Amino acid sequence: MSDFSVIGHRLPKVNTWDHLTGRAKYADDIFLPRMLYGRLLRSPHAHARIVSIDASRALAHPGVIDIVLGPDMPELMGIMPSTQDETALAVDKVRYVGEPVAAVAAVDEDTAFDALSLIDVEYEVLAPILTIQDALREDLPKLHAHSKDANVFKDVHLEFGDMAAGFAAAAHVRDDWFFYDGNTHAPIETHASVASWDGDGKLTLWSATQVPHYLHRELEKVLGVPRSHIRVIATPNGGGFGGKSDPFGHEFAACLLSKRTRRPVKITLDREEVFYAHRGRHPVLMRMRTGVKTTGEITAVHAQTWLDGGAYASYGIATTYYTGALMTVTYQIPAYKFDGVRLYTNKPPCGPKRGHGTTQPRYAFEIQLDKIAADLGLDPLAYRQSILQPAGSRTVNGLRVTSMGLGQALDAAAASSSFGTKHGKLPRGRGVGIAGSAYMSGAGLPIYWNDLPHSGAHVKIDRGGGVTVSCGTAELGQGSDMVLAMVTAEALGVRPEDVHVVSGDTTLTPVDLGSYSSRVTFMAGNATKAAAFKLRALLEDVAAEKLGISADRLVFAHRRVYDREQPDHCMTFVEAAVAAEAKHGTLVSVGSYKPPADIRGKFKGAGVGPSPAYSYQACVAEVTVDLETGEVKIDKLTLAHDCGRALNPVSVEGQIEGGAYMGAGEALMEEQGFRAWMHKKPSLLDYKIPTSLDTPPIQAIVIETIDAEGPYGAKEAGEGPLNPVVPAIANAVYDAIGVRIDETPITPEKILRALGKLPGRPATNRIGPDGLETAQPDPKPFIRKLQATSAGAAGGDSD
Amino acid sequence: MSKQLCTLKVNGDICTVAADSHHTLLEILREELGLTGTKHGCELGECGACTVLVNGMPMLACLTLPQQIEDAEITTVEGLAVGAELNPIQTAFAEQGAAQCGYCTPGMMLSAKALLEANPSPTRDEIAHAISGNLCRCTGYTSIYEAIEQAASMMQPARAEAGSRE
Repeated sequence: MSDFSVIGHRLPKVNTWDHLTGRAKYADDIFLPRMLYGRLLRSPHAHARIVSIDASRALAHPGVIDIVLGPDMPELMGIMPSTQDETALAVDKVRYVGEPVAAVAAVDEDTAFDALSLIDVEYEVLAPILTIQDALREDLPKLHAHSKDANVFKDVHLEFGDMAAGFAAAAHVRDDWFFYDGNTHAPIETHASVASWDGDGKLTLWSATQVPHYLHRELEKVLGVPRSHIRVIATPNGGGFGGKSDPFGHEFAACLLSKRTRRPVKITLDREEVFYAHRGRHPVLMRMRTGVKTTGEITAVHAQTWLDGGAYASYGIATTYYTGALMTVTYQIPAYKFDGVRLYTNKPPCGPKRGHGTTQPRYAFEIQLDKIAADLGLDPLAYRQSILQPAGSRTVNGLRVTSMGLGQALDAAAASSSFGTKHGKLPRGRGVGIAGSAYMSGAGLPIYWNDLPHSGAHVKIDRGGGVTVSCGTAELGQGSDMVLAMVTAEALGVRPEDVHVVSGDTTLTPVDLGSYSSRVTFMAGNATKAAAFKLRALLEDVAAEKLGISADRLVFAHRRVYDREQPDHCMTFVEAAVAAEAKHGTLVSVGSYKPPADIRGKFKGAGVGPSPAYSYQACVAEVTVDLETGEVKIDKLTLAHDCGRALNPVSVEGQIEGGAYMGAGEALMEEQGFRAWMHKKPSLLDYKIPTSLDTPPIQAIVIETIDAEGPYGAKEAGEGPLNPVVPAIANAVYDAIGVRIDETPITPEKILRALGKLPGRPATNRIGPDGLETAQPDPKPFIRKLQATSAGAAGGDSD
Repeated sequence: MSKQLCTLKVNGDICTVAADSHHTLLEILREELGLTGTKHGCELGECGACTVLVNGMPMLACLTLPQQIEDAEITTVEGLAVGAELNPIQTAFAEQGAAQCGYCTPGMMLSAKALLEANPSPTRDEIAHAISGNLCRCTGYTSIYEAIEQAASMMQPARAEAGSRE
């Protein structure tokens, strides 16, 4: 029996009733008096210089109230302060099809839309850069003048341990290339914002954003209005998955149009525009060289990644590091080298998507481990179990591992799916695959390096026993409001429904950095718990006195404060609260959370990867491959996730199931395809996401390791569960048909190509990239640095 | 653009609105009637978020012109509960965590309502087919199946009881 009256119980989310009755107000559901409607004019060119823009015909169109252009907001902005390279609307150049260049405000949406065709833009078209290979060439045009080398956005090089000794000690070296295609978040709610410049000269912006705090900062910078006069309210997001965690052009445009017209302005993107706003999963070309002993023990890993970043920075510097940083927290790696480079291309900017930058190398590495197991004749489950990074350890790159449930997750997923009795034993066409992974519970360092808390909360108790918790988190559907309510309710002994949650409002709530990098449960949970326990102490003081017992005998639960040894010796929560207020004054408290300082190494680049705690996952996929059509059907996904403690098992299981679903989509069907520079499928009809009929049965298993620093022992659940799904499916396909698909998505066309069923194509046991063509006469030093290490140097073998 | 008068019966209320003749039922519901519970994810008939019931049948409000359905009974998410009494589908969605971000949820619940009225005890496969036009990006559909199954048994308690005794 649980010691908790709230934590760990299966409870409906406090905010779900509004969603279920149609009352929840998403950004596009806001209608204000005299509100104008905005639309964005977007570039039809992938790469072009803007010669001139003439909006006079559009301004003369009846019903058009105002138009703003790039030069009206020339300030550079972007989510990462060190790499801001974007303007709200394009100023001199456009760098992808769909980049916004002008914004119209009109009396209604139809009029705004009509006016777009009356804006005359003259472009001088430039040659577009569309591939990783071309972006590495010095002889092609640059997207951004600040790129020092070709179209390199950033390259990073890290080395830990003795690589030479590591590879020298290896009995076997695998050298494999992989490609993980780009894909997008596709939240069902499109981005929307309503800006209102009020009579007092202050601005309010309601927006579907995961990061109200960072948006607040960027609005100040771009609009030149002090943050003290701006209020950002994150409306309930109709799904985010990372896609609403950048500041976007439409948000600034709505604000400036409202400032100039002194009327509220709403801009809602249509579905096609969401594909251009993007910030989705980076396409990443990867090379993994791994040395192992005959037992499979890893002696060294050299990971190289090339990221196709699209036209702007977004979180790209962090993404680049993430394609290397978390490789070490799952399995013991004594020597590790990582080279990553992110490139600019004339495509919609890539950014963070669920699993941010770790999903791609995890796919590569878990397939490679499967290959190593096959090479050495090891069972893929037992092999992984034999090389686990231990709990309470440090990785070679300085990351601190606390609780670590990968072993339990692997065992649980394997046991529930009968992996051991199926792997290698099913008839041709059917197979099972396993993979493990990890993710972080929030980044150890904030985006703006400072000493401020990552999360702050305040809690207030009113005289009727009502409790209000305020925190800057953004509710995306992941259940962050419920986390705040449950943590507060458990601490004070009330019910979650007694707790009023105020979140994501830069005026009303203390700063929380936002709902990204799976940081809310851990960080906002800790901040909230700290605040709630300060008030609890005041109530304990008066209750102990009133009940005549020592405070350590008090239990707070079920809206009562009672004696553990004599439960009917009690007072109600309201009585305790009133007595506490009488003695101590108004009942308001604050709490904040900042990760410990010792969780990272001391080297350039050490800021990305550290987290106060890592979550762990394992997935077993069971598939049937149709040998005639090439279609891969997932029969079942069994996904075990170490979340520390499940604060609300319903929410945790929902995150596991959602991660499994999204991983299945990325594995089999989702790809950000382009026809030359045109997005090939900017609609939900063409960009396939799994429907109910495409989604396999999913079994979610919760593993609890009770992290010592997590709130009530909790770690993240939102992102990690996606990570093992994609390689587990690829490994299952190998088990089914003996073919390695070393690139996503695993389409029927690729299966048929491998099976030799496409005309003129011989059968092959592997589909995937073979290397990176950087065939340039006399490459400059930077190219040599970024080029693949020659396989021969390692002295190992490869296939 | 000329506005036309149009009379609709929504959640039992007779509503007359003046609207542009090319505006869809989705726009009328959200912008003229303030029924913003009906969502939109594409306005192209791809996502199912705007599903409403027209004479009990699921229809996409974004592809429906009000003139087509002037005499029909339209049900939106705001009409699922009767007064203070929630529909069992709503209760079940809450208890199973079937609404994460909640954006597909109104359309999803209305598809479920149509299913359960035609087929009071559907199999999981039948549920999957019934909601295959409603995209959900959060749940992986598992909790939605569980919620619809729970709603089905809540709607026929006698039958569920009989079943559990077998």
